[in-house]
Amino acid sequence: MRGFLTLFFKEVLRFWKVSLQTVLAPLISTLLYLLVFSHVMADHADVYPGVSYAAFLIPGLAMMSMLQNAFANSSSSLVQSKVTGNLVFVLLTPLSHWEFYWAYVLASVVRGVLVGSVVLLTAWFFFAIPAREPLWIVVFALLATILSGSLGVLAGIWAEKFDQMAAWQNFIVLPLTFLSGAFYSIHSLPSFWNTLSRFNPFFYVIDGFRYGFLGSSDVSPWESLLIVGSACLALSWTTLALLRSGWRLRT
Amino acid sequence: MTAAIEIHGADKRFGTVHALKSVDLTVEAGDFFALLGPNGAGKTTLINLLAGLSVPDAGTLKVMGFDVVRDYQKARRNLGVVPQELVFDPFFTVRETLEIQSGYFGLKNNDDWIDDILDNLQLADKAHANMRTLSGGMKRRVLIAQALVHRPPVIVLDEPTAGVDVELRQSLWKFIQRLNREGHTILLTTHYLEEAEALCRRVAILKQGQIVAHDTTQNLLRSRDLSRLEDVFVAIMQDGGLEAES
Repeated sequence: MRGFLTLFFKEVLRFWKVSLQTVLAPLISTLLYLLVFSHVMADHADVYPGVSYAAFLIPGLAMMSMLQNAFANSSSSLVQSKVTGNLVFVLLTPLSHWEFYWAYVLASVVRGVLVGSVVLLTAWFFFAIPAREPLWIVVFALLATILSGSLGVLAGIWAEKFDQMAAWQNFIVLPLTFLSGAFYSIHSLPSFWNTLSRFNPFFYVIDGFRYGFLGSSDVSPWESLLIVGSACLALSWTTLALLRSGWRLRT
Repeated sequence: MTAAIEIHGADKRFGTVHALKSVDLTVEAGDFFALLGPNGAGKTTLINLLAGLSVPDAGTLKVMGFDVVRDYQKARRNLGVVPQELVFDPFFTVRETLEIQSGYFGLKNNDDWIDDILDNLQLADKAHANMRTLSGGMKRRVLIAQALVHRPPVIVLDEPTAGVDVELRQSLWKFIQRLNREGHTILLTTHYLEEAEALCRRVAILKQGQIVAHDTTQNLLRSRDLSRLEDVFVAIMQDGGLEAES
């Protein structure tokens, strides 16, 4: 247990030592999105009856930053350690694949939730947004960061160079987070895009998280919970199996 | 008595390269053992198999009686490896690096031993310096400290003195000899054969993935009627003769 805790704290300490880059920078960029989109889109976006566009947008943006930062934490730590060679210090230890996996994922959860919380607290200074179902907020925040942190571990295991990691971020994580209903309700989309969005697990994460604030959503939070929970299990199982086999880590 | 290292039929290929060809090797507990060979002979591959950084295609490897694949946690607790490459984590200080490494092995309240290592490797005044700010020689010392932090009974040093100044070499060997006297088994790879000759009681020589000599240092010298291990090494590399294991 102590080995796992050490790796977990080390991963938290790693991002905290560069918090300007890992916490403050995402806060600034998310607030810029909020500033621009809440003014530009306010009169154009079709969201839920009686809900301002800012109130709709803020949970989506907070969740988007949580997903991106949870992914960045585990993936960048792993790929940096692989490229510089210092992952050997972890691989030489008696840590099991379970301890390895959960230490990286939970550190991602900490960073994701921290960034999301800072974004929400800052946004609350400027906009009034409700929090009607706080339990759903917590559940989806945790599941989302576990899902994204796991994806980061998977990407970190696979990537052997920084440009391979950039490909994951640019071609997988960024499109999945942007095309997930963070900025709009999928009911406002043409039917093809509406249907396509339903294959994106990040859509359910954002929709469920938003339900926690507004009490309304595009799909039932229970359906979102089922899909996000299943995605977490499938991704965790796959990543753990790869870690156990030593794929791309132990030659 | 359980051997510190037992290797039977260890075989490893990387694509078309046959890096290790059914290697058998035993290192007794308490020994100071040299694993020698030219570049590309398979020394680091063999160490990587022992450390669990690589997986053998065939054969078994044990550290203090624990199989490195089946009982990997116990095997790794008994093994400290100084890697050949100069790698470090740029986020942490020297002391943080050692405390973290200690924690990975489940150790707490390890400060006295960490202080002892820092003193013996002349790192005490750099304890709070960030790893990025250290010279190459200092980073090498930290690598050695990391391998020792959990007091492993078996210590593997993969070319630990490459690029290290004379002063550190001397203090390092003094410290390693002290550990050996206290019962730690030392497996050393080096290209400085005079160091191997002075320090190691037994020697194995790898060539193209095979053990071509394995004996006490004195027997190897006598068998070739030579006075220096370096001359024995050169002779073996030239004729490739397979010495009988004793």
